[in-house]
Amino acid sequence: METLMSILVGLLFSIGTYLILSKTLLRIVLGASIISHGVNLLILTMGGLKKGGLPLLGENNLSYTDALPQALILTAIVINFAVTALFLVICYRTYQVVGIDDSEQLRGNEDE
Amino acid sequence: MNNVVLLPIIIPLIAGMIMIILRKNIRFQRAFSIFAILATGAVSVFLMTQIRTKGIQTLQLGGWQAPFGISMVADMFSALLLLTTSVVSFCCLLFAFHSIGKEREASYFYPMFLFLITGVNGSFLTGDLFNLYVCFEVMLISSYVLISLGGTKKQLRESVKYVLTNIVSSFLFLVAIAYLYAMTGTLNLAHLSVRIAEVGQDGLMTTVAILFLIVFSMKAALFLFFWLPGSYSAPPIAIAALFAGLLTKVGIYALFRMFTLVFYHEPQITHLIIGVLGGLTMLLGAIGAIAYWDIKKILTYNVMVGVGFIMAGLASFTPVAMTGSIYYLIHDMIIKALIFLIGGTMIHLTGTSKLKEISGLIGTHPYLGWMFFIAALSLSGIPPLSGFLGKVFITQGTFETEYYWLGAIGLITSLMVLFSIMKIFMNGFWGETYLSEDMEKGTTKGLMFPIGFLTVATIVLGVGAEGIIEYVNLATESLMNPKYYIEAVFQGNIMP
Repeated sequence: METLMSILVGLLFSIGTYLILSKTLLRIVLGASIISHGVNLLILTMGGLKKGGLPLLGENNLSYTDALPQALILTAIVINFAVTALFLVICYRTYQVVGIDDSEQLRGNEDE
Repeated sequence: MNNVVLLPIIIPLIAGMIMIILRKNIRFQRAFSIFAILATGAVSVFLMTQIRTKGIQTLQLGGWQAPFGISMVADMFSALLLLTTSVVSFCCLLFAFHSIGKEREASYFYPMFLFLITGVNGSFLTGDLFNLYVCFEVMLISSYVLISLGGTKKQLRESVKYVLTNIVSSFLFLVAIAYLYAMTGTLNLAHLSVRIAEVGQDGLMTTVAILFLIVFSMKAALFLFFWLPGSYSAPPIAIAALFAGLLTKVGIYALFRMFTLVFYHEPQITHLIIGVLGGLTMLLGAIGAIAYWDIKKILTYNVMVGVGFIMAGLASFTPVAMTGSIYYLIHDMIIKALIFLIGGTMIHLTGTSKLKEISGLIGTHPYLGWMFFIAALSLSGIPPLSGFLGKVFITQGTFETEYYWLGAIGLITSLMVLFSIMKIFMNGFWGETYLSEDMEKGTTKGLMFPIGFLTVATIVLGVGAEGIIEYVNLATESLMNPKYYIEAVFQGNIMP
């Protein structure tokens, strides 16, 4: 199961990288968002997938699932959500003010 | 357990939150933000005295014992940086009152400023790797807003690049955290240090260490500085000075923490890489500083030279070099904010940042000119100003570990820095005075006090080194001996 997840994470990373390297700003934002999902899955996989029972005191299991990665992912999701929203707004505003959504032309010139 | 450790994070956070509600009342926001910064400064002085008498101060959040809860740790290194942060942000804030403009003030400038300080202080105080990520994000998100606040074409263009670069490096940070968690099963820095010392730093662990190095290099502009010249020259000068003084320094702090506390077992690999990157950063930064004729560009390239030089101390990894690095880090935070503020005042007065169009400012503004001269000498390390002592110690350290090339690069680049900064002085301040006082685009009213304050700070840091070096030595001691940090965090509890 871990192997399968690792392949999936790699797939998400490569799709995200491809999108980030493209020119359109909207694609770049989407690429960043896809990589963030890949990262979350990676944290989940790294903690070890389901190995035991619920991590609660009342459950009389011999082994428990590690709950920490899920807490980490929860935080990471919230932060990524906020950052993606802010990034979208900045890109949209750039499109409105500068009038381009092509990252090639974002270089600017010396005379400004 | 000491609740004071949390105050430098809580004070600016709550002050910022209150200010969001009272958005229209700008006078209140100004007064309250100054109050919050001063209070943070007072708390950090208090923390310093406590650490000096009682050792490293810790707080386990929610009362959960060390590896299970989140630990906040204040050692002397953190406390010194906290105090410097307060000084720098105080001056940038005063500078912003007279230069930032009504529109930005009404669009949540002050709350974002304080949230940035929250993130910076949080990064200095946290003892947990994931918490470090969260504090980094708090700091970065506020910096995204500050860099694009105002919405001019140049700012927006640069902020897209800045945001994307930082998002990618944050992803890599999370990836590195995930790998480290899989190998050690903990994220508490002290616990990580113990576990890695137990199992040894093998090849896989060193690879993860290098991943962390890449992440923090991106934030600290160590070699991966491609984003820096553009994004630091876009925002208004008060914000750029704050960024130059604080943001890259947080990355440097994280590098110091990780490579003295956690990954210190293979210095011939990791620390050598840091040394090579530091040397390249110094050289490339100095070449950039010499090549440009634009005040903002010259100053931003000088930021990189500073970063590279501090890293040379970490690469040598001897007590002397570390003392030099810590001392130079404090000096660098103050001096970078100072030269940015003076450069900003020059741009403010003349309306241009092109050096060739500026001349003879010393005729109308003698104080500004001489303070720039002092700052330039201090930056390039002329005794008795503050840059000198750090340079001596770091160079001595590089010679002790036989990294002669690194010490040589450091000395050559200080000459190049002196040349680049004297270029501003000779072109901008000397020569014929074109501009009479009523032809100027702005006034220096209110801008001189923060500049003077920082100039005094750099002189005091140099002349009064005797008094400060005692604190710096304490910081070095806790950095070079991870066991003090570990003991303070665990306090004799059993480690699982």
